[in-house]
Amino acid sequence: MFIRLENVYYSYFQHTPFEVQALKNVTLTIDRGESVGIIGRTGCGKSTLIQHFNALLFPTQGSVLIDGDQIQKKGSQLRGIRKKIGLVFQYPEHQIFEETVFGEVAFGPRNNGVSGESLEVTVKWALESVGLDYQELYRKNPFELSGGQMRRVAIASILSMRPEALILDEPTAGLDPEGKRLILGKLKKLREENGTTLILVSHSMDDLAMIAERIIVMDQGTIGLDGPVRQIFSQGEVLERYGIKPPTTAQIAELLRKKGFDIGEGILTAQELSEQIEEKILNGGCH
Amino acid sequence: MIEFNGVSFWFSEDETLIEKKGEVLHNVELVIPKGEFVVLMGRNGSGKSTLAKHCNGLLLPKKGTVIVDGKSTNQSEYLWDIRQKVGLVFQNPDNQIIATTVEEDVAFGPENLGVPQVEIRKRIDQALNIVGMSDFRKKEPHLLSGGQKQRVAIAGVLAMQPEYLVLDEATSMLDPEGRSEIMSLISQLRGSITIFHITHYIEEAVDADWVIIMDQGQIVAQGKPADIFNRRDQIYEWGLELPLVSETAWILQRRFPELFPSLPLKAEELVAALCSFV
Ligand SMILES: Nc1ncnc2c1ncn2[C@@H]1O[C@H](COP(=O)(O)OP(=O)(O)OP(=O)(O)O)[C@@H](O)[C@H]1O
Ligand SMILES: Nc1ncnc2c1ncn2[C@@H]1O[C@H](COP(=O)(O)OP(=O)(O)O)[C@@H](O)[C@H]1O
Ligand SMILES: [Mg+2]
Ligand SMILES: [Mg+2]
Repeated sequence: MFIRLENVYYSYFQHTPFEVQALKNVTLTIDRGESVGIIGRTGCGKSTLIQHFNALLFPTQGSVLIDGDQIQKKGSQLRGIRKKIGLVFQYPEHQIFEETVFGEVAFGPRNNGVSGESLEVTVKWALESVGLDYQELYRKNPFELSGGQMRRVAIASILSMRPEALILDEPTAGLDPEGKRLILGKLKKLREENGTTLILVSHSMDDLAMIAERIIVMDQGTIGLDGPVRQIFSQGEVLERYGIKPPTTAQIAELLRKKGFDIGEGILTAQELSEQIEEKILNGGCH
Repeated sequence: MIEFNGVSFWFSEDETLIEKKGEVLHNVELVIPKGEFVVLMGRNGSGKSTLAKHCNGLLLPKKGTVIVDGKSTNQSEYLWDIRQKVGLVFQNPDNQIIATTVEEDVAFGPENLGVPQVEIRKRIDQALNIVGMSDFRKKEPHLLSGGQKQRVAIAGVLAMQPEYLVLDEATSMLDPEGRSEIMSLISQLRGSITIFHITHYIEEAVDADWVIIMDQGQIVAQGKPADIFNRRDQIYEWGLELPLVSETAWILQRRFPELFPSLPLKAEELVAALCSFV
């Protein structure tokens, strides 16, 4: 039990006429080393939910436990939590505040006492992990970068803290396809090699099909579905009710099934799909 | 028609960039014909947004000219006209939303153009309806989540009734429903308004009239979607990827060379080819 929410409610502008209840009675557990995708319609509470995971928001009711300790609004505990659990915001410009790319990516490790050459090594590593050229960019002002470059800097500045859990809010939005593959591959590797917990909010089911093992579907501030990725993504009709289309590969599989191809459920990758199609072609498949 | 004639651009403050990689835009020759749906793709930092900002004179070329319906953005007396003709929607809606309610925000553009109040009401209704945000008209924009804000930003530009709509990754923050709403909005507006759509989602390019690929400040390829996306090796060299449909077909094609005469771009095409094959 790494991150645990118990009966969490959250309201923006509580006790005012503008109150918005963004989370309603959410209970969930995320274990160390899990790779979780969080999906759902715009405004359903994904960003609000994940900000509870590293104490950026505090429940208006209910409790959040990290490694079994209930979060209090006290400084000392919070520092530890934010060191352990890194969060990349949906809009990178909300988290960038240093005047150089180096300063931005160095900020976290510096705060954790890293300095000198090992700081430089860390910053280089983080920038290269997101496909940015250190020499070309380290002196640049992050606000004078392209949208995709800025997002990469935001991701690098969290990677550089080497947190135990990485939470990324729409990390691939605005990335070019090559950068997306590179960064998702890097996250996967961090998980395999260091057991880093991954929590990704995404609108791209295709991306989540590549990296997530568990999917949580949010619906108007509550958890609609929660289960293994193959199981969730094979429920096309149920997903539709939550405003979600299954990954492209699952959609193709469904179309083929309707045409009489006997393709199995829970297809995630183009490789898996083509293997199944190949088998059906060899055995004669369309009715 | 928007024409780029030998356009080069650099951010003058940034000497290091010029030394190292040359210009952000390098000698761009490009025509965006009136009424077309044109999609621009390319790596992060390749110069797409910089190019987009040249379309309405937000940035001015350091070399060459940008001509909108015969008027050069270099001539300041045309800028007002050009900005009215060419509406831009950016990557991040937060930097575009200014007013305290959704409807005021949508009204901001037409008000600045001196459109009469009655007409403004009508335009607000239409624009919010198109983007599916009519129920939110009295809401404060900062209370909306990311995707909702983006739709309001698009409504704000539509309310100015531009002739050219430049969308710089306007879909990148939307949920799948929001995205398909915007894509069907594009096909609805298509023909009556020129659409220049910048995106990293390859699926959003398969229906375009014309696809343009940029790399390192230059146009490296342009053509019809089917022509561009059949060049698999180059697609990956440009930092892009094939739609998953085409990728699946490509894997199958290695095993069954006669299966697809050309790589399918849409699921229906793939399924039809398979059905006639077996
Ligand atoms: N205000 C600025 N000052 C200096 N350099 C800039 C500025 N804006 C962008 N650049 C640089 O110009 C180049 C092109 O940036 P641009 O924003 O046009 O890229 P893009 O193709 O839109 O990328 P993305 O896919 O990430 O949105 C990049 O190298 C970027 O770092
Ligand atoms: N900073 C904020 N202030 C007030 N309301 C907000 C804020 N952020 C989000 N909300 C509201 O909370 C709800 C959930 O939003 P959010 O968590 O951003 O959803 P998602 O990330 O799933 O799009 C929405 O109704 C949204 O309008
Ligand atoms: Mg969000
Ligand atoms: Mg851009």
